[in-house]
Amino acid sequence: MAKKVISINEATIRFAGDSGDGMQLTGTRFTEATAIVGNDLKTIPNYPSEIRAPLGTLAGVSAFQLMFGSQRVFTPGDLPDTLVAMNPAALKVHLRDLKKGGTILANSNAFTTKNLKMAGWETNPLEDGSLEGFTVFSIEMSRLVKIALESSDLTSKGIERTKNMFALGVLFWMYNRPIEPTEEWLRKKFESNPSIAEANITAMKTGFNYGETTEIFTTSYAVEKADLPKGKYRNITGNVAVAYGLVTAAEKAGKELFLGSYPITPASEILHTLSSLRNHGVKTFQAEDEIAGIASAIGASYAGDLAVTTTSGPGMALKTEAIGLAIITELPLVIVNVQRGGPSTGMPTKMEQSDLLQAVHGRNSDAQIPVIAAKDPADCFECAFEAARVAMKYMTPVILLSDGYLGQGSGPWQIPDPKKLPKIEVNHPDSSDRGEDGFMPYSRDENEARPWAIPGTEGLEHRIGGLEKENITGMVSQDPDNHQLMTDIRARKVENIKQEIPPSEIHGDSKGKLLVVGWGSTHGAIHVAIDRARAKGLSVSQLHLRWVSPFPSDIKAICDEFDEILIPEVNSGQLAMLLKGELAREIHQLNIVRGEPFRASEIEEKINEILG
Amino acid sequence: MSETKVDIQDLNLTRKDFVPGNEVRWCPGCGDYSVLANMQKTLPVMGVKKENYAFVSGIGCSSRFPYYMDTYGFHSIHGRAPAIASGVKLANPELAVWVITGDGDGFSIGGNHMIHALRRNIDMNIMLFNNRIYGLTKGQYSPTSLLGAKTKSSPFGSIDRPFNPSAVALGANATFISRALDVDAKGLQESIKRAQRHKGAAFIEVYQNCIIFNDGEFADVENKSTRPDNALFVVHGEPMIFGKEQDKGIIMKDNHPKVVHLGQEWSEEDLLVHDETNPIITNLLLEMTFDHNNPTPFGVLRAVDAPSYDDMMVEQIKEVTKVKGKGTLEDLFYSGDVWEVK
Repeated sequence: MAKKVISINEATIRFAGDSGDGMQLTGTRFTEATAIVGNDLKTIPNYPSEIRAPLGTLAGVSAFQLMFGSQRVFTPGDLPDTLVAMNPAALKVHLRDLKKGGTILANSNAFTTKNLKMAGWETNPLEDGSLEGFTVFSIEMSRLVKIALESSDLTSKGIERTKNMFALGVLFWMYNRPIEPTEEWLRKKFESNPSIAEANITAMKTGFNYGETTEIFTTSYAVEKADLPKGKYRNITGNVAVAYGLVTAAEKAGKELFLGSYPITPASEILHTLSSLRNHGVKTFQAEDEIAGIASAIGASYAGDLAVTTTSGPGMALKTEAIGLAIITELPLVIVNVQRGGPSTGMPTKMEQSDLLQAVHGRNSDAQIPVIAAKDPADCFECAFEAARVAMKYMTPVILLSDGYLGQGSGPWQIPDPKKLPKIEVNHPDSSDRGEDGFMPYSRDENEARPWAIPGTEGLEHRIGGLEKENITGMVSQDPDNHQLMTDIRARKVENIKQEIPPSEIHGDSKGKLLVVGWGSTHGAIHVAIDRARAKGLSVSQLHLRWVSPFPSDIKAICDEFDEILIPEVNSGQLAMLLKGELAREIHQLNIVRGEPFRASEIEEKINEILG
Repeated sequence: MSETKVDIQDLNLTRKDFVPGNEVRWCPGCGDYSVLANMQKTLPVMGVKKENYAFVSGIGCSSRFPYYMDTYGFHSIHGRAPAIASGVKLANPELAVWVITGDGDGFSIGGNHMIHALRRNIDMNIMLFNNRIYGLTKGQYSPTSLLGAKTKSSPFGSIDRPFNPSAVALGANATFISRALDVDAKGLQESIKRAQRHKGAAFIEVYQNCIIFNDGEFADVENKSTRPDNALFVVHGEPMIFGKEQDKGIIMKDNHPKVVHLGQEWSEEDLLVHDETNPIITNLLLEMTFDHNNPTPFGVLRAVDAPSYDDMMVEQIKEVTKVKGKGTLEDLFYSGDVWEVK
């Protein structure tokens, strides 16, 4: 009997299982296959901060969600259409999110009395009718891989581990994805242990064939290629994109790249990526702590490298004093904060946008700093490049805000032509810049940036430091008028960066009833909500800020064209606080902090409420 | 890659080249003056171009040092100088990097950076001005102040057991450790020279008198008349002899160092011979520091060869580039699964 293939525009799938079940890997492989098919997509991982929480517990559930479609996809999807639940705990945690009438694929072998009890199910939901209304595929995944791998020389534990590949195979069949790229990938990954590779491939194929041949599946789904702009694409996470953006900026500036960093979730992948790029001349220094991470970067900047430090919120707190040093010494530096839930250690693996005020204001004294925020994983590339460019042009540290969702989530990246990316002009003075009265380390160019004179340059020996310096000469100065002047110059330097910001783009009409202003990773959810609301005829538009300090110069004029302003943020209202100060007007807020990105529907509801 | 050595004659540098025009603002009589003068005297003859010296300091009296050297200088924040200097050296391995720090800066707030810089063996010279007191904040006890020290923050005597900084350096597996006295120009210059020539992290502990808040802390070794009987100046390969008449020496007795008088019972052949490559000897000397039955050791206490972090980084970049080929942006961008939208 031929099975039906239904064409759909988009789908959202969530893979959920125990943290040892390999859900991140399963999700990533599904994503790669989906990218190769040419769908647009966005992904988000959701995993516990414990490496291996106790088996079978609710706390140990790890999940990965992606949305893919034949149209542009801006978020990893609100509620999944399909939930893969590898054990009762995974079902318990994620069932509440599943769409009405959604599909559940469960490994029924894991629904043992013990596991059910641990997950808080009194009876087996796969059998007691409590999943009525959903399409449930209860599959004996563990048993099926055991049979398929009977002749394998893997231990029974090793065989059990391949069940995620079985589930992946079923999904590949269900959504008409190719299995070959994963086959190739498995062979490469387990090059030194071919029997593991082959076992996983067998499990995947068994899953695929199970979908194809058994009668429980009647329908599979096809999602056509997305209409993306022409070009070459690859899937990329925000953290990798940041790393690539920095490498690109260094090359375009003719600089060596130095990273001083201390491992921290969810930023470590930037350190991992850059440390693998020694053949690009990248110097990574895993420092003894967060402070040494930034301090070494400041030293490297002083000595002429493009210097970077990467971290997350608690690390930012530790770096604070050193950021002030970079500000007063006017050295270029890129500080990347991949934000997570806080305060304190908070929720290391969950996203939040709550370090905005820390970035903009969190230092002793008047210590302005430019802050740029990426809107999606691919945008992390451009923002990292831009942060580095501005840092070197204006001789200032720059903070790049990403978050756990952007950093570890992924989406397609249209690969730029390296030759077409702009060069970054960097001028280091040489001995000819030494005037009659000696070298002036705090003289100013047209942007009020000071010269970047690097040690090793004959005749330009000079001293910098954390004590206030006299403008032009750089001598230590406690003079009241000079301090006023230097404070003003430091603030003006940041203000001057406004000239780098292109006119703001508005999604929707340039005037109307409601303007939704956002920053960072909320871009996709706001975009989708705006499209839905506009489709219903509502007068609503979107302004998304890339630079949050300084604000773009047209921000007030744009806001003036709208009756109401709404700011949705995954924090308690930090941009709203800043923008209220800038615009001196009332602002509607939508603030949800659950450690997860917004659902478009939540923003849509708020828009309806305001305009309703 | 290390600092390019140049013929000293070609450089034609003198002390004056290292003296900037500004006024030195330490307290009159401060031990720092002598250290500064000896640094300015020694650097011109090291075969390093003036523009290749970079001095990095933290916070404290001694950390003003870079302002008084006409070289590249970075007066940074409290405790972080070794970390900043690490970045300077890694960005440009051609530089001769000096860290100037004090007992509070280097061993209290910056203790973590200190041990890790030494452990990594990054090629830099760390000079610790140990005056056993917080000077710039006007007289609180420091992590090297002795038990019982009466200071502004320990009016009844300190109950805070002190560090022996050079012993900490040994614990951090530093490859070069020397100790000098602010009033001993010869010893200072020798330490500076040896440290500058040493490849890897070199640690110099300078006993430095704070004339305002801790005057006379090191009187027994600073005072010319008592120094010979209280200080032991060690030289690699030579027996440990000291005393006004050079008539005393150190032997090993019951696994402890012991002072003996040379003459009838003991001769030079019985004495311990200094070996700067032997950590057991270094440790033994360091154990004598707080021991009133033994003299305080000075000189190069340890010097061993070990690969430096900066050399290994340069080497690794070369090696990986040789194997993988020089990375291009094209390679990088296309390193994942790529598809095309036509």
